[in-house]
Amino acid sequence: MTAFLDALLLQAGYNAALVAIGAGLLGFAAGSSGTFLFLRKRALVSDAVAHATLPGVGLAFILMVALGGDGRSLIGLLAGSAVTAWIGLLLIEWIARRTRLAEDAAIGAVLGVFFGLGIVLLTVIQAMSAGRQAGLESFLLGSTAGMLFQDAVVIAVGGTLAVLATWLLRRPMTLVAFDSDYAAAIGYDVRRIDLLMMGLVMAVSVIGLKLVGLILIVAMLIIPPVTARFWTDRSNRVIWIAGGVGGAAGYLGAVLSASAPDLPTGPIIVLVAAAIFVVSLLFAPERGVLAAVLRHRRFQARVHRRQGLLALAAQHLIREPYTLRLLAREGLVRPDGVPTEAGRAQAAKIARDERRWAVAREIHQDAGLTGRYDGLTPIEEVFTTDEIAEFDRRLGPPVPVNPAVGDA
Amino acid sequence: MTHMEQPTIAAEDGRATAPTAMPSDAPLVLRGVTVSYGEKPAVFSVDATFPARSMSAIIGPNGAGKSTLLKAALGVIPRLSGEIHIFGRPIEKTRERIAYVPQRASVDWDFPTTVMDVVQMGLYRKVGLLGRLSGSLRGRARACLDRVGMADFAHRQIGQLSGGQQQRVFLARALAQDADLYLLDEPFAGVDAATEVAIIDVLKLLKTQGRAVVAVHHDLSTVRDYFDHVFLINVRRIAEGSVEAAFTTANLQATYGGRLAATHLDELSVAG
Repeated sequence: MTAFLDALLLQAGYNAALVAIGAGLLGFAAGSSGTFLFLRKRALVSDAVAHATLPGVGLAFILMVALGGDGRSLIGLLAGSAVTAWIGLLLIEWIARRTRLAEDAAIGAVLGVFFGLGIVLLTVIQAMSAGRQAGLESFLLGSTAGMLFQDAVVIAVGGTLAVLATWLLRRPMTLVAFDSDYAAAIGYDVRRIDLLMMGLVMAVSVIGLKLVGLILIVAMLIIPPVTARFWTDRSNRVIWIAGGVGGAAGYLGAVLSASAPDLPTGPIIVLVAAAIFVVSLLFAPERGVLAAVLRHRRFQARVHRRQGLLALAAQHLIREPYTLRLLAREGLVRPDGVPTEAGRAQAAKIARDERRWAVAREIHQDAGLTGRYDGLTPIEEVFTTDEIAEFDRRLGPPVPVNPAVGDA
Repeated sequence: MTHMEQPTIAAEDGRATAPTAMPSDAPLVLRGVTVSYGEKPAVFSVDATFPARSMSAIIGPNGAGKSTLLKAALGVIPRLSGEIHIFGRPIEKTRERIAYVPQRASVDWDFPTTVMDVVQMGLYRKVGLLGRLSGSLRGRARACLDRVGMADFAHRQIGQLSGGQQQRVFLARALAQDADLYLLDEPFAGVDAATEVAIIDVLKLLKTQGRAVVAVHHDLSTVRDYFDHVFLINVRRIAEGSVEAAFTTANLQATYGGRLAATHLDELSVAG
C-alpha cells in the first residue's frame, strides 16, 4: 500500500515518475484522438495500423545499423514504424475502395501480412550481431524499463499536438462521422478527412508504441471514448472526457505496475481503463445498465398501476399479483383486492382521464397533441384547462366507482 | 414535351443528341449524366432541367436511380459521364448555393449530438475550421429550428426524437445553409401527417421566396398537390415537364411498367 501511495505521489523513483507522467499524457492523447475513430466506427482499422508499425521498426533498425549506427535511436525506430503504418493504412483504404473486398477483409489481410513480416524481420535481427541487445520485441507489449527523459518528451510533444489537431478538426470529423453524404454535399473532402483522422490515430499509436506496445494500443484509443459516451450526449465533450479517462487510466495503471514487482505496465493500463469502462457501463446515469433497469421498472410500475386502477373502475377482479402488491402498497386496495376509499377515488379519476382522452381524440384536430395519448400520460399534461372543460361538458358528470368490486 | 424549356434534348439510346447544348442558368441542369455501381448503370445518360421558383419532384419506382441522381447532382457520388450545372456554373463553384436533406435512414441516430448541434452543422462551411459560432449565427440556427416547429427540442439528443421530428431537424439544418437550391431525398418517407404538412409549408415558402426545390418523391397521390414540375425516371429519363403536361397516365405507365396497376392509376388525378 505504501508502495502504491509512493508511486501515486511520484515518490517511487525517477523512472517510475517518468513512466507515470508519460503514460498519463499518452492516455489523454490516445483517448481524445480516438474519439472520432470510435464515432466513425473504424476501431479495427487502427488495430491493423498499429500492427503495421512492426516491419517499420525492424527495417529502421536494419537501416540504421547498415549506416553505422547502433540502431536503437527511438526517433529513428518511430519514424520507420510511421512509414509502414501509413502504407498499411493506405492499403486498407485502397482495397476497400477499389476492390470488391469489404473493409473487414482488408483489415484482416493488412494486419496479418504486416505483423507477419515484422516478426520475420525481428527474427532476422536477432541473428545479427548488433541485434542481440536491441530489445525490439518490447515494441510488442511495451516496456518501461529504461525509459528516458527524451522518451517522455516525445510523448508529451506528440500527444499535445494530437490533442490540438483533434480539437481543431472536430467539426469536419464530427460531420463526416455523423453524416458523410451531407459532409460531401456541402463540400468537405470526406476521404481526406478520414485519412487525416486515421493519420492522427497513427501518430498517437507510434508515440505510444514503446510504452504500451502495438498489440494493446488500440485499447487505449477505443476504451476511453466508448467509456466517455456513457457520460455525455455531445461529441465535443466526448473528446475531453475520453482524454480524462485515458489519462487517468494511463497514470493509475503506471502507478499500479510500479508499486509491485513484475507487473507489466501496458496491460495494467488497459485493465484500469477497462475497469473505468465497466463502472460506466453499469452506473452511468441515462445510458448505464442500472439506470436502464430502474427506468424499465418504473415504467412497468406505471403501466401496472394504471391498468389496476382501470380494472377497479370497471369493477373487474385484479388477478396479477404484481399489480395487487403495487396498489396495496399505496393503500389503494386491501390485501384481499377490495378497493379502499382512496383506491376508489383514484380509480374514478383515472377512468375519467381515459374518457377525456377518448373525447379529445375524437374531436381535437391537432394530431400532434392527440398523438401523445399513450394510456399513461395524464390529460392535464397535454391540454389546457379550458379544453378539458370542453371535453367534460361533452362527457357529463363524473361516475363514482362502486365499493362492492371484490364481490362481483 | 413541355413548354417550359427548349425541347429538352432527347436522349436516344442513352446518347445526348445535342452535344452543343449550352447550360442554361436554371437552378439544376444535367446533361448526359451516367452513374454506375460496378458495371450496372443506375442512371443512364440522363438530361434534366429543374426550373427556378418551383417545386420539382423526381419520381420513379424503387431502384430507378432517384436518390442516385440526386447524389450525383450534388457530387456526393462520382459520375461516369455527363455535366452538371448549378445556376449555369459547375457544381464545384456553386456548392454554397445548394442545401441537401439526405434520407433520414442514412445516419446513426444514436450519435452523441443534440438537435441544435445538427442544425449548426449547416453553418460549418460559413464558420470555417477555426471560427466561433457567433451569437447571430446561433440565433439563425435557432430561427431555423423555430421554422420547423422544433425550437423546444434544441437540447435533446437526436435519438430521442420521433421519425418526423428527425426529418424536421434535417430540414432545419438545410435552412441554416440559406441556399438557393434545396435538394431533398424522400423528405416525406415515414413521417407523420403533421410533419408532412409542416415540411410542405416550409418548402412552399422557400418557393415563394424565389428558391428552387427538388425532391425525390414516392407518393404519387400527393404529386399534384405539392409540386409544379415532375421528372420521371427509370434509369433513363422517361419524361419531364410541368405537372399538367408530364404527370400523365401514359408517362407513369412508361415509368413504372407493370408495377403500377391500372386501378392505381385511376385513383390518381392524372391527366390523359
